[in-house]
Amino acid sequence: MKKEIFKVGSQIIKSRLIVGTGKYKNFKQTAEAVKASGADMVTVAVRRVNILDKKKPVLMDYLNPKKIIYLPNTAGCFTSEDALRTLRLAREMGGWKLVKLEVLGDKKTLYPNMIETLKSTKVLVKEGFRVMVYCSDDPIIAKKLEDLGASAIMPLASPIGSGRGIRNKLNLSIIIKNCKVPVIVDAGIGTASDATIAMELGCDGVLINTAIAKAKNPIMMAKSMKHAVIAGRQSYLAGRIKIQKYGNPSSPNKGLI
Amino acid sequence: MAKIQLNGKKLKIQRNLTINELVKKYKLKEDKVAIELNGTILPKHVYKKKKIKNNDKIEIVQFIGGG
Repeated sequence: MKKEIFKVGSQIIKSRLIVGTGKYKNFKQTAEAVKASGADMVTVAVRRVNILDKKKPVLMDYLNPKKIIYLPNTAGCFTSEDALRTLRLAREMGGWKLVKLEVLGDKKTLYPNMIETLKSTKVLVKEGFRVMVYCSDDPIIAKKLEDLGASAIMPLASPIGSGRGIRNKLNLSIIIKNCKVPVIVDAGIGTASDATIAMELGCDGVLINTAIAKAKNPIMMAKSMKHAVIAGRQSYLAGRIKIQKYGNPSSPNKGLI
Repeated sequence: MAKIQLNGKKLKIQRNLTINELVKKYKLKEDKVAIELNGTILPKHVYKKKKIKNNDKIEIVQFIGGG
């Protein structure tokens, strides 16, 4: 079979599993989990430097941005203005143009505010960013984002950090069918089987943070997710059997004694 | 001394300090931060020239773990 290439914009990504770097015990554990996951792209947040603690460790000392693709995000932003400010700062930090846009609409559900998200996508694309967009699982909105120039569509599986898994397979499969840019399921994955299901639906990738970082053994879960994503992708490519109403014997009836 | 606001904290720093000197004072590395001066993002090439004035509001950000 021809070797598959997973690309967002012009960026080739080797692993279809993208991992978040939040919620780990420390940066050492973050780095170990990223390594175990096999991911070559990680999401990172932009925050104030703690000026009172000059010795505080820095993420970049544990995850080398020359070896791992950093995907700056706008986590925690509730307005287009804040999201744009965050990503412009990220770009200034080291030229990051490939970014993850996430504009939240509600503190409890963490559902995205799609009005602000659409507005921000338009501006960012105009400014030359390549935008991977966290969004609701609405196929119409997903198409609109693609039309605005989004580089990847990232619908939620269920609320961020909820671990509820895939809540709406139908919508995700419609989004996958409609979109020409990569579709990456973002948010809500709870365990390995959720990641496999997402990939079996035909997603191009999966983004996972909490399910790995908050597992009892994050390193083992990172490995598990790596295999789950590979298994799901191969299962999708291999093509599953048709679902039958009745049983169909695996052994031939001919020659029965 | 110049009164400034750095990352939301009110501070007094030496007058006429450049952004570059401020970065060094806090033992930060230029390539690992981005800086906003009074709401405007500063390109790295101006760090050496840009002097900090009284009442300036400065934000220094970096990448941290996030999902």
